[in-house]
Amino acid sequence: MRIDCPLCGERPLEEFTYRGDASLKRPTGATADSQSAWSDYVYIRENPKGPHKEHWRHAGGCGAWLVVGRNTATHEISDVKLARPGRGGMR
Amino acid sequence: MKYSLLSLLRQGLKGHADWPRAWREPEPKERYDVIIVGAGGHGLATAYYLAKEHGVRNVAILERGNLGSGNVGRNTTVVRSNYLLNEELPFYEWSLKLWEGLSRELDYNVMFSQRGLLELLHSDADVDAAVRRANAMLLHGADAEILNREQTLKRVPIVDPDNARFPVCGALLQRRAGTARHDAVVWGYARAADRLGVDIIQNCEVTAIRRDNAGRAIGVDTTRGHIAADKIGLAAAGHSSRVAEMAGLRLPIESHKLQAYVTEGVKPLLDKVVTFGVGHFYISQSDKGGLVFGANLDGYNSYAQRGNLPNVETTIEAGVHLMPCLSRLRLLRHWAGVMDMSMDGSPFICKTPVGGLYLNAGWCYGGFKATPASGWCFAHTIARDEPHPLNEHFVLDRFHQGRAIDAKGAGPQPNLH
Repeated sequence: MRIDCPLCGERPLEEFTYRGDASLKRPTGATADSQSAWSDYVYIRENPKGPHKEHWRHAGGCGAWLVVGRNTATHEISDVKLARPGRGGMR
Repeated sequence: MKYSLLSLLRQGLKGHADWPRAWREPEPKERYDVIIVGAGGHGLATAYYLAKEHGVRNVAILERGNLGSGNVGRNTTVVRSNYLLNEELPFYEWSLKLWEGLSRELDYNVMFSQRGLLELLHSDADVDAAVRRANAMLLHGADAEILNREQTLKRVPIVDPDNARFPVCGALLQRRAGTARHDAVVWGYARAADRLGVDIIQNCEVTAIRRDNAGRAIGVDTTRGHIAADKIGLAAAGHSSRVAEMAGLRLPIESHKLQAYVTEGVKPLLDKVVTFGVGHFYISQSDKGGLVFGANLDGYNSYAQRGNLPNVETTIEAGVHLMPCLSRLRLLRHWAGVMDMSMDGSPFICKTPVGGLYLNAGWCYGGFKATPASGWCFAHTIARDEPHPLNEHFVLDRFHQGRAIDAKGAGPQPNLH
């Protein structure tokens, strides 16, 4: 598997670190009502077989956080974007 | 037919042409008391103990592929109970006790070989942590011994004694640990369950879980038609999230792949299971002479059963670092299995928020050793509608309650467990 980093070009898998599901939304606030939203955010995953948006970091390269679209059944990578465009990938 | 010396002699005289099939191939009935989804080790063991321990014999196991074609045929066959926490250790020790009587219990030789497991320790901190764990094991009735450097190197002379980065400071030895023949476990449970009347239905994929107006699970749609059931148990390993989704459940699980490797056969070289703290490397020698080993997960969500090459390199580096004599061996094959990695590295054997639906999942890469106790506890949970004390902590809402069972302390990051 090779990932096409928007800043560095196509680089081998060993340079990247995996974080996981990029579709999760961090809840706002911490009230008694938001407890289950927080525990879902931290622990529950869609875990799809097929297209998956995921966070990778180009740790062995530019250090940018990326959102990678990858198919979990075939390992095919459809698109790679900076997680925070305009800030050099936010190191 | 009972397998015995007599039956062997009789069949031998007939040129072995007359052995009966080990299990039937029945057509699915319209209705069962219990349906188990997944004919791997855990599913088959569950059906066996449902029939044997709880008298529930109107049971079907549905398998989308062939019997035992998932992780139970893709592991490194290690059996051990060297765990730490009160929530997990008694369960794994009970599993080891069931392994010790399994061949007799099933009337099938599962080739359980208690050759001992040596967990190598590489620093003073490693030794302290191992002493603590060994004490926990002894308190729960498991066996454990701490060896010093000389005792360790004498038992595994092929370990590099002069490794400067990871010196051998000692080992935690569990003598009762060992390996078993993974396929024989599948065939043994399948045959024993079949003899008690369980229907094993292969090439029958579950496509939907049907629920009544109250939300209770009442049956499944399959590629071979609808089958009704009072209770449904899921034991789908790496595909647990996909099957649970059919009942509207989202699980604290990610599917990751783990690779295993086997070399060409060589003369007896290693008579123990050895684990190396570096890169999670573990190795044993099979009865055919091949060295069987593995290490860390590939590290990203996958259902592909296909490993990546950088991880092959890392694993073999760890192996050669530990045992330099491995460097000239050739790999026969390597393969990847899909692991249902839970958020704390511990499994689920529990009821679910959906009535009539039970879950057995989240085995990470510890599923093979757990096979007998997993089936035993899951059968108890399904038959009695409540968990056995051995699996009462393996529940889905433990995260919401703040009771994660995370022996390693890695946090909710499944690729690190």
